[in-house]
Amino acid sequence: MSNLAWIFVSTLLVNNFTLVMFLGLCSFFGVTAKVETAWRLGLANTFVLLLTAAGAWVLNTFVLLHTPFLRTIAFIVVVASGVQIVEMAVKKHFPVLFRQLGIYLPLITTNCAILGLALFQTARHYTLVEALVFAIGAGLGLTLALSLMASIRERIEVADMPVIARRMGLVLVVASCLSMAFMGFAGMGSAP
Amino acid sequence: VTTATADQATLMPGAPPPASVAADIWRGIVRENPVLVQFLGMCPTMAVTNTLANGIAMGLATAFVMVGAGLVVSLVRKYVAHEVRITTYIVVIATFVTLADMILAAGFPVISKALGPFMPLIVSNCLTLGRAESFAAKVGPVRAMADGLGMGLGFTASLALLSAIRELLGRGSLFGFDVFGPRFEPWVFMVMPPGGFLTLGIALLGLAWILELRRRRAEVLA
Repeated sequence: MSNLAWIFVSTLLVNNFTLVMFLGLCSFFGVTAKVETAWRLGLANTFVLLLTAAGAWVLNTFVLLHTPFLRTIAFIVVVASGVQIVEMAVKKHFPVLFRQLGIYLPLITTNCAILGLALFQTARHYTLVEALVFAIGAGLGLTLALSLMASIRERIEVADMPVIARRMGLVLVVASCLSMAFMGFAGMGSAP
Repeated sequence: VTTATADQATLMPGAPPPASVAADIWRGIVRENPVLVQFLGMCPTMAVTNTLANGIAMGLATAFVMVGAGLVVSLVRKYVAHEVRITTYIVVIATFVTLADMILAAGFPVISKALGPFMPLIVSNCLTLGRAESFAAKVGPVRAMADGLGMGLGFTASLALLSAIRELLGRGSLFGFDVFGPRFEPWVFMVMPPGGFLTLGIALLGLAWILELRRRRAEVLA
């Protein structure tokens, strides 16, 4: 049990997927102009992460045992079809949510956090329960990073900035400061 | 250039205007540099640029994948149905990534270990899929390979620049060889995650500053 708690805290804070492991940076920089969209995208990502964790674990345990070289190809196909299925299901059963998420839902496919999760859980030999906890931690960590970044960018938007800082340069420096803050959690210990 | 404009560019319908092979290669290296201008492929840019050798290995592996995937995507472009094209491109890219991964693991086991899961993660690098969709799927095999080579080399150049700065300041060495001597106190921050964001951020601020100076000078002259 303490092992599960540690995996959760470690992925959420100490090894935050976005700010420390550098996964899912495209959405981190691309979709963090507004807090509301950032928040929703984070939760949609968490859901896909959970599905991927389960799918990748099943594939890895029962199918890919003797063909490890097919892992990358198999995982990306699982991710792509998983996102497609989620998109269809959400569209049919939750049309309001579907409209709110818009283009961000299909874009989750090319989010490296999803494939990264599948690869990391394989490399660390997680059991199914551990993998699911890992996915929840990663998803909430992603949501946390996205919302933090979006709140800061909303303030920057109304501030009087020099011309050269109005593009991505400043956003990256802000990300650096956020990342530095998360490095502080490293004192809690290293990854299992 | 924000990501929004990059998205518009990759979603533009129709084939790119005709150009020579040299122009196709050169465009990716300078004017549409993937990292510094288009802002694509951020994850490996940050994650593996803590030493120069890692940065260059990642860049060249990406270039290999882009040339190979460009060739195959361009060859099958007339036979792939519109609805399944993205999946097809991803599977093609994943195949070449697996190849690159195995070659690296066999030839350079140390670098392969250092890159770890970021090697297979080339699959979900938005740069590879973006160029397959916006360029390779619309032109002949020679131009597709030229574009892949140019973008790959441009990517390598940016990664080499960033990782050289980070390794020099963070470890006081280049390619693992000591540069500053034993009295240099390494700025460890630069090889840690925040240093990656900071280095690229300052590089982009510097680039924006130079462009702004140039624009002002042109205004004064006009």
